[in-house]
Amino acid sequence: MSAAHEDHGHHGHHDAGAGHGSMKDYLIGFFLSVVLTAIPFWLVMGGVIENKTVTALIIMGFAVVQVLVHMIYFLHMNGRSEGGWNMMALLFTVLLVVIVFSGSMWVMYHLHTNMMPVHDVSQLP
Amino acid sequence: MSQTITADNKGDLQARYFDLHEHDHPEGGSTMLGFWIYLMSDCLIFAMLFAAYGVLGGNYAAGPSPKDLFDLKLIALNTAMLLFSSITYGFAMLEMEKNKVGSTQMWLFITLLFGGAFLFIELYEFSHLIHEGAGPQRSAFLSAFFTLVGTHGLHVTFGSIWLITLMVQVAKKGLIQANKRRLMCLSLFWHFLDVIWIGVFTFVYLMGMLR
Repeated sequence: MSAAHEDHGHHGHHDAGAGHGSMKDYLIGFFLSVVLTAIPFWLVMGGVIENKTVTALIIMGFAVVQVLVHMIYFLHMNGRSEGGWNMMALLFTVLLVVIVFSGSMWVMYHLHTNMMPVHDVSQLP
Repeated sequence: MSQTITADNKGDLQARYFDLHEHDHPEGGSTMLGFWIYLMSDCLIFAMLFAAYGVLGGNYAAGPSPKDLFDLKLIALNTAMLLFSSITYGFAMLEMEKNKVGSTQMWLFITLLFGGAFLFIELYEFSHLIHEGAGPQRSAFLSAFFTLVGTHGLHVTFGSIWLITLMVQVAKKGLIQANKRRLMCLSLFWHFLDVIWIGVFTFVYLMGMLR
């Protein structure tokens, strides 16, 4: 029966599944975050690009990249922590966030456009 | 004997038993995953608030628009405070892994100062807005703005209270396993709030100025 009991041993000391960072990770993450924050602020405060839609798209791109940088270097996300369940939960949440956010914007935009009161009364039938 | 042996020939013993009682899980072994799931649900709260702001953010009710209200220099300063607090919390975690109580406490305290500075600046901004008559009751845009940014600010407030609590606990009990686990939870929470702030300064402040 001793063989059966041996495999209890390694259940006792399993490490907390979350990843640990190193000094290098934190410094890289910090440096990237500073750059990725400074550029959007500079673009908007300095009015560098005339076209506002282009500026908006660019700063949104920077935000997405910075979120990824924070996830990797500060939150230590990878596909292995907690046996992959951290990543699964994250991906599921991202899916829900995208549905909630883009769905709300889409539906409400169309509602808004279709329900706008007609200002020019003479054009009413 | 806790195992039930289904094998009838003893030579094949190891392959045929199954365990009737649960393995002893180490205390807090699933805490980090559980806390991560909580953070994901918190993320959904913010998704709702961002969506509400996205829908209502243009309804000024003939009141002030983001361009009239927001001071980007203040927001840049605020962003810097939160970013600094993120890196100093990271340093605290590195010291914690080396089991150095003194320097862990020092970095936690510096983190608390940056968090406090963030809250101070945010409250200054809010009081300034309300003083100008741009309170949450002024327009749908401002209601959504105060709800979103205020909820983030509340998270930072509670994170700071949690940070103080943990500093007291570390001072009393040292860097025991339970305290390390708590500090790691707060680490996730704190960095998560910085991630949300990226969304806030991009979507609310920077895009607001572009309207």
